[in-house]
Amino acid sequence: MLSIKNLHASVDGHEILNGIDLDVKPGEVHAIMGPNGSGKSTLAGVLAGRAEYSVTEGRIDFLGKNLLEMAPEMRAREGLFLAFQYPVEIPGVNSSYFLRTALNEIRAHRGLDKVSALEFLKIIREKLELVEMDEKFLKRSVNEGFSGGEKKRNEILQMATLEPKLAVLDETDSGLDIDALRIVAGGVNALRSQENAFIVVTHYQRLLNYIVPDFVHVLYQGKIVKSGDKDLALHLEDFGYDWIKEQNGGQA
Amino acid sequence: MKETGIRDWYLSLFEEFERELNSGAPALGHMRRQAIRWFAENGFPSTRQEEWRFTNVSPISEIKFEAAEKPAALDPARILPYITGDDSARLVFVNGHIDRMSSTTAQLPHGLMLQSLQDALASNDAAAAAELARHARMDENGFVALNTAFINDGAYVHVAKDVAHARPLHLLFITTDAAEARMVQPRVLIIVEDNAQLSVIERYISLADSTYFANPVTEIVIGENANVTHYKIQQESRKAFHTARLQVVLKRDSSYTSHNYAFGGAIARTDMHVVLDGEGIDCTLNGLYLGGGVQLIDNHTVIEHRRPHCNSREFYKGILDERARAVFSGKIHVHKYAQKTDAMQSNQNLILSEEATIDTKPQLEIYADDVKCTHGATVGRIDEESIFYLCSRGIGKAMAKNLMMQAFAGQITDRIKDDALREHIAEIVLGHLHDGHLHR
Ligand SMILES: Nc1ncnc2c1ncn2[C@@H]1O[C@H](COP(=O)(O)OP(=O)(O)O)[C@@H](O)[C@H]1O
Ligand SMILES: [Mg+2]
Repeated sequence: MLSIKNLHASVDGHEILNGIDLDVKPGEVHAIMGPNGSGKSTLAGVLAGRAEYSVTEGRIDFLGKNLLEMAPEMRAREGLFLAFQYPVEIPGVNSSYFLRTALNEIRAHRGLDKVSALEFLKIIREKLELVEMDEKFLKRSVNEGFSGGEKKRNEILQMATLEPKLAVLDETDSGLDIDALRIVAGGVNALRSQENAFIVVTHYQRLLNYIVPDFVHVLYQGKIVKSGDKDLALHLEDFGYDWIKEQNGGQA
Repeated sequence: MKETGIRDWYLSLFEEFERELNSGAPALGHMRRQAIRWFAENGFPSTRQEEWRFTNVSPISEIKFEAAEKPAALDPARILPYITGDDSARLVFVNGHIDRMSSTTAQLPHGLMLQSLQDALASNDAAAAAELARHARMDENGFVALNTAFINDGAYVHVAKDVAHARPLHLLFITTDAAEARMVQPRVLIIVEDNAQLSVIERYISLADSTYFANPVTEIVIGENANVTHYKIQQESRKAFHTARLQVVLKRDSSYTSHNYAFGGAIARTDMHVVLDGEGIDCTLNGLYLGGGVQLIDNHTVIEHRRPHCNSREFYKGILDERARAVFSGKIHVHKYAQKTDAMQSNQNLILSEEATIDTKPQLEIYADDVKCTHGATVGRIDEESIFYLCSRGIGKAMAKNLMMQAFAGQITDRIKDDALREHIAEIVLGHLHDGHLHR
């Protein structure tokens, strides 16, 4: 589904990712962990097509197509979704209108008919239930005045509505209390299937108690320095990141 | 053309105009002559004057405009798109002349008068005679002087004491004249007596793509505890010049809400002066301007707090593209005795191109010591992070930008309480958005 080969990316001339290789197959959940500043959000941003990052080397194939040649909206229409670490507040853009427009753009790309406002309401009600959000959120501007937890749940709501093939969750668990964490994880688990895949970026092992990954990768200084199964996350929980830093010549 | 040349031009037009006027009260004739004299001495404003520093009107003073002709009857179908919701009460002016066929005033409630100014003056309406040209000072600038000199037709609205009319009246000023260099000088007088309520739409549209000059003056006199909502929708041709003066006077416990939309014009200047001349007055000014091409859109507002315990709120926003220029000047003048004034003003601008410019200038003149006055002005671009967020959900970049502009403008259009009108204006705004730009 996704194949990243020798990916190098920089911002303002500083190399942040230096040689990432990753393969994600349908049905898999990959966790990416690592200390602050190791490049997790950069990787997520490069996947989604953030303009400020330039890819200096390597390639990314997504469902057999060259991802790096696609504009961000094309990546989304092809089935990629990024849950933002810091979702943006957009005053004046109505949540419901925004999400229906997005859904219809994606449906059009897949050769499906547009959904009417009424049909959309039926779809969205089911998804709202999944993330335990009230319908009144739809009347508000996108993320405006939402609490941190509400913003993260809204990301999951959007993901559930747009039904991506590959979802990248960038620290969706950070800053959540245990109830919100359970809701977010429940949303992801409900969507898991043999056809789609997830890349779950997290700083804490806690989330992985709820979303059990098939693979865990440790990102450090822009490289995947260790990969394993879910036990690697438990090990990191017990011993922290210092041993990773030491092994890789960083400052512990 | 030399300034003196253009002054002579309007003097000779005035002489001709006066000859053709066959009636009229002597007092009005006197006022007209005073106004043309003032104009002959002072001419049009120059950029050396502080209030005109950013707006050079020489494109207007360089053309010898002639009074627009009275046209043949207008097909009413052509004006229907410009009438929203309930259209039971409207006055239609075509090239400055009342069009009785298109106007309807039959179903007005008792106590609400809507008629052409000419009719009001011909019938010696006492209130009209007493208030006309008493508020907008002819010596304010050459544009007001010129309008006053040529007062002839326009709209007159009178709402008697205790009469409430919630549905908006329409005053529609249409230019159909395809000939170049024509001029219209509409005059509007609105009197709302104590405890009365009025909603009125003053709209300027063009069915011709010609270079013409519209120079309206509107006076609104609001009595005690009365309530007025006023919409100005300016959709002149992109080659037209529009210079408008709007003078509002309020008495105690009254309220005035203005919605000022500026969409058209090559040079479009609106001077709005609101005088809060009593205690407990509420004044809200909402404004939205969209400028593309080489348009120059200038809004000058003055809110004058003369008495204590009044509130004023001002929200102006603009979107500018290509080489458009906008000017916003918002003066809040708090007199010495206007204690407990609560005034707030904001002006926000969205710039879509490198060449578009905005001069925004808040001016606080505060002579009282116990007041709350805040103001803020911003000039920005469409937020890239928001665009990326929308695109990351599958929405194309052009549509994402349109959504952002719509949201920006929507914060002004959403302030319209009348549902039909709010949707109508939102549609007009939408019609201006095109591939992430303002429609050229
Ligand atoms: N837009 C940017 N401009 C400059 N530096 C950046 C930018 N984005 C990320 N960086 C830098 O790249 C490194 C990796 O950041 P990031 O990908 O956000 O890490 P993580 O998500 O793992 O905490 C950090 O040193 C950060 O300061
Ligand atoms: Mg991060």
